[in-house]
Amino acid sequence: MRKKITVKTTTFLLLLISFFSYGKEDPAKEEKNAEIKAYIQHHLQDSYDFNLYSVTDDNGQIHHRGFPLPVILWDNGLKVFSSSKFHHGEAVAKAGGNYYKLDHGKIYKTDASGIINYDESHHATNVKPLDFSITKSVVMILITCILMFLLFKGLGRSYAKNGGIAKGVGRFFEPIVLYIRDDIAIPNIGEKHYKRYMSYLLTIFFFIWFLNIFGLTPLGVNVTGNIAVTTALALLTFLITNLTANKNYWKHIFWMPGVPVPMKVILAPIELLGVIIKPFSLLIRLYANMQAGHIVLMSLIGLMFIFKSWIGSSLSFGLSFAISLIEVLVALLQAYIFTMLSALYFGFAVEEHDHEEAH
Amino acid sequence: MEIPAIVGAGLVVIGVGLGIGKIGGSAMEAIARQPESYGKIQTAMLIAAALIEGIGFAALFAV
Amino acid sequence: MEKLLEQFSVGLFFWQTVLFIALLFLLKKFAWKPILNAINEREEGIRDALTSAEKARREMENLQADNQKLLQEAHAEREAMLKEARDMKNKMVADAKEEAQAQASKMIEQAQAAIESEKKAAMAELKSHVAGISLGIAEKVLRQELSNKDKQIELVESMLGEAILN
Repeated sequence: MRKKITVKTTTFLLLLISFFSYGKEDPAKEEKNAEIKAYIQHHLQDSYDFNLYSVTDDNGQIHHRGFPLPVILWDNGLKVFSSSKFHHGEAVAKAGGNYYKLDHGKIYKTDASGIINYDESHHATNVKPLDFSITKSVVMILITCILMFLLFKGLGRSYAKNGGIAKGVGRFFEPIVLYIRDDIAIPNIGEKHYKRYMSYLLTIFFFIWFLNIFGLTPLGVNVTGNIAVTTALALLTFLITNLTANKNYWKHIFWMPGVPVPMKVILAPIELLGVIIKPFSLLIRLYANMQAGHIVLMSLIGLMFIFKSWIGSSLSFGLSFAISLIEVLVALLQAYIFTMLSALYFGFAVEEHDHEEAH
Repeated sequence: MEIPAIVGAGLVVIGVGLGIGKIGGSAMEAIARQPESYGKIQTAMLIAAALIEGIGFAALFAV
Repeated sequence: MEKLLEQFSVGLFFWQTVLFIALLFLLKKFAWKPILNAINEREEGIRDALTSAEKARREMENLQADNQKLLQEAHAEREAMLKEARDMKNKMVADAKEEAQAQASKMIEQAQAAIESEKKAAMAELKSHVAGISLGIAEKVLRQELSNKDKQIELVESMLGEAILN
């Protein structure tokens, strides 16, 4: 009974707070809201410099603390320059006779004055040069790659040194490796073929997991919540699935055995669509989950600064703490699901079954 | 009067939530009934949930 | 969808693909192969150890069973030997008894036969003795009888009379 009252009280308070925060038409608060929104938007996007933190001085000037990263463009020849030239989007960068400017986190080619033209739906109409810059996400990917390589190489060597027994962190990672082998690869792919895919499954699991976890650190770079990254990962799964697929797999797509001919004709396009949809849902799932996690977490943290009252801020602190814990779980779960579904698709590709029995 | 697309997306999310909830609930029941086939049920559950989830994402990103 | 496509960065996609594939091959060569091999080896080692332990256990069991069997056999043999000995003894006793019986009956028979022959001999001796005695008596009687002439004639006459009748 008492618990119920507590729950009701909390709900009421929350409603009250949200009512007040809506009710007041405070211009300063509005500005704050907009700033937080912009900050979250900015955080979710990739950027050309590695921003550690930003401070606002007494004059209202925002100073970004961090280090610049190289910008690599292909625009009638390779153009390499430091991202410090952009001055966080405020200045026009000149490189090899061309001018470039940042707009909403993207590089556009402009004239010397840096004018960007927009169409009616607020899309920039300037030319986008081919961009191979080492962005913040690329740096994070590189760091993760190096970390993983050193970690697992050391682990591999520790087995040889200790007579087949893991040491140190290996004690933590070995059960995970075994879990991926025994509970993801073998049941889904089968005893006969699983060895071919083990390297990929292990690499992708740890890669996604580590990047997800790095995204939750204070430096939090939203790498796995970036559509390009998840597309690259899902594309690899798609390619591996279809390049290692056997005759049976294609037969099941184009000429489903065991159903009448008209059904075969109807099923073929559906199955073919499924081939595309499977990796597509893979990429969207990871992207959306990580993106949503970051948005929720940062919004809750932002609420602390919007409320600025001890009850509202402490409530949103508790909430963001709980969500952080959930996000740690989600980081692992998404890596698991990506690996699991990849294994499942590989399993479909190499499945060999008796048609008489299976259908 | 035009219904905004985001409302449609919300409706889809409700449907998807119900669908995944049903799958999860049924899977729980199945596991409770046959704990020995936990692995198979889990795999089937994940496949079905993943397919429905795909629709949800499609709706969300179509907005 | 439009927003997604707008967000898509070719550069990031390129770097992600390149770096990930590089990582995949490096890890495959330097990490996953040694790790999985080591784990496999260890598991095989454990499996071998388990099977050999199982084998040893089974051998032990077999040995025990053999021992048991041997013991049982020994028991049975001893039993059989005892039985044989007992049988032999019984038979010997029975044989001895029989032989003794036979011997006894034979002896009895012999004794009887001896008695019989003795008896016969005695009878024969007795007969001859009796004949002798009778002859003596007869001689004596005859001598007495024939001492007087009348009686002699009378006898001769009675004898003759008998002889004529024959």
